[in-house]
Amino acid sequence: MTAVTVKRSPARRAVSNAALAIAVVLLVLPIVWGILTALKPEADAFDNSLGSFAHATQFGNFVDAWNYGPFGRFLLNGLIVGACGALLTAITSLMSGYAFGRLHFRGRDKLFFVYVATLVIPQEVLVVPMFLMMRDFHWINSYQALIIPWAFSAFGVFLMRQFFRSVPLELEEAAKVDGASHVWIFWRVMVPMVRPAIGVLGLFTFIAYWNGFLWPLIVINSRDLATVPLGLQFFLSQQGYQWNLLMAGGTISIVPGVILAIFLQRYLSQGISLSGLGGR
Amino acid sequence: MATGVVPTTTPTAAAGRLEVHGAPRKRRGDARAAFFFLLPQGLGFLVFTITPVLVSLVLSLYSWPLTGKASFTGLENYILLFTKDTTFHSAIYNTLYFVAVYVPLNVGVALGVAVWLQGYTRGRRVLRVLFFVPVLTPLVADSVVWSLLYTTRNGLIDSVIHGIFGIQGPEWLSDPHWAMPAIIFMSVWQGFGYNMLLFTAGIHAVPAVYYDAAVVDGASRWRKFRSITVPLISPSLFFGIVLTVITSFQVFTQVYVLTDGGPGTSSTTLVYWLFEKGFNDYAMGYASAIAWVLFLIVILLTAVQMRLQRRWVHYEV
Repeated sequence: MTAVTVKRSPARRAVSNAALAIAVVLLVLPIVWGILTALKPEADAFDNSLGSFAHATQFGNFVDAWNYGPFGRFLLNGLIVGACGALLTAITSLMSGYAFGRLHFRGRDKLFFVYVATLVIPQEVLVVPMFLMMRDFHWINSYQALIIPWAFSAFGVFLMRQFFRSVPLELEEAAKVDGASHVWIFWRVMVPMVRPAIGVLGLFTFIAYWNGFLWPLIVINSRDLATVPLGLQFFLSQQGYQWNLLMAGGTISIVPGVILAIFLQRYLSQGISLSGLGGR
Repeated sequence: MATGVVPTTTPTAAAGRLEVHGAPRKRRGDARAAFFFLLPQGLGFLVFTITPVLVSLVLSLYSWPLTGKASFTGLENYILLFTKDTTFHSAIYNTLYFVAVYVPLNVGVALGVAVWLQGYTRGRRVLRVLFFVPVLTPLVADSVVWSLLYTTRNGLIDSVIHGIFGIQGPEWLSDPHWAMPAIIFMSVWQGFGYNMLLFTAGIHAVPAVYYDAAVVDGASRWRKFRSITVPLISPSLFFGIVLTVITSFQVFTQVYVLTDGGPGTSSTTLVYWLFEKGFNDYAMGYASAIAWVLFLIVILLTAVQMRLQRRWVHYEV
């Protein structure tokens, strides 16, 4: 980053590297420890001493946890809820973002202000009335209860509006000269221009749905519909602190996040820097 | 939209309705189009955001059991909360404690790591991914794994303390004094990666010229950090701090999984108490009141931070 680099003494470098190594080890240690514990046979499950790892390694715990959970089902539910939620959010945010960002109508900015104001509202305020609503809609314990209430947040609208505003006016004018309708301009000109933003919004929305706990805890009471965090909680209350099994379940729950971090790191840091720099 | 359709042979004609003449459309209001575009999200917004907010406020003025009769009680819920409900008092204290320790730790570690990693050209991306991994993991899973580490007899942390210092560690999750710190520590581990990426983006945006000039002037690393880095990334810092404060007030999952608010009420937080009252006791009105207190505290703190930003946040002209 600097054009002029300062030569740091090799001693300082070595210390820094050593400290970094320690930091990395400390960071991954909990997860690694969990995995190692998951590989223990049942006899050693309650033995937490360091020596207990020397005994047999048993992958069967993962299979057992998968079946007892059933974690396959939890992962599937998370996928369904996350994908549908992300899709719904993306579509509705695109449309509203376009309206606020490119269209002119009376009261536009005042209305947008109301949208932005709701961004400060924590989910907890909405949760109690939302539960009553789900009861009235007969949506308790259903996929729609998990997906729909949170797909209309103003955040997506805010993000999309930012990006739509940065599309050059000339493109829109050119299309209008050719006599294009709003729908055409929207779908053929505008949306392709904001594709990166759609990716970021979709990704972050998916992650939020995947990791959500409070709402599923409130609205879901059967294992068939549990997403991963809720499923793990069910597993915990069912299995108690049988460490080897519990860690197997915990590991299965953690793996998707790790995979996501590794493969989508560029989009994630892109998304975070976009949100922080305000689409600059 | 357009009332008449005149067929032409231009390629764009096929895709949409047309204006009669080829000149650019006059900038009439786009109200009708806007209505169409706003409708899907707007409808959901009305039903699932605006309505619940208003209902929540109204609920907080009622005693509203799930089954049975609801009755208007005015501000009684709020009065009860602040005068008689000792668990609520604990919850406020515990939540403030959490926020006051968690936010500086999170931001400090995130900033430190972000700056530290700047010094590494090779492997920087891998390291960033590594530090970010815990952020994407569900808090429930992290809590489960950390409860293993925190077990007293022969738990990893206990063994390490015993090994290095020769003393027996406290009963982390069963000790009223250590439950909260234990939760905080785990939360920092899980959460700092997000701010780390945020600050890294901010640091990248700082033009290298400033650092070069500082080097020429013989500035120390600390001086460079204090006088160049911090002021120039202050918008990102501010954004990260505000966001972290808001989300840390909502701490719930770790408490629910690790300690159930205990021992006693030593780790009960606002949202945990809200959940207990609303979905264990089904006192919907009372729980709504708790939610609104939380909301007001968050708004107040955010407003204060916004005010203070004039003092220390430097925005580009």
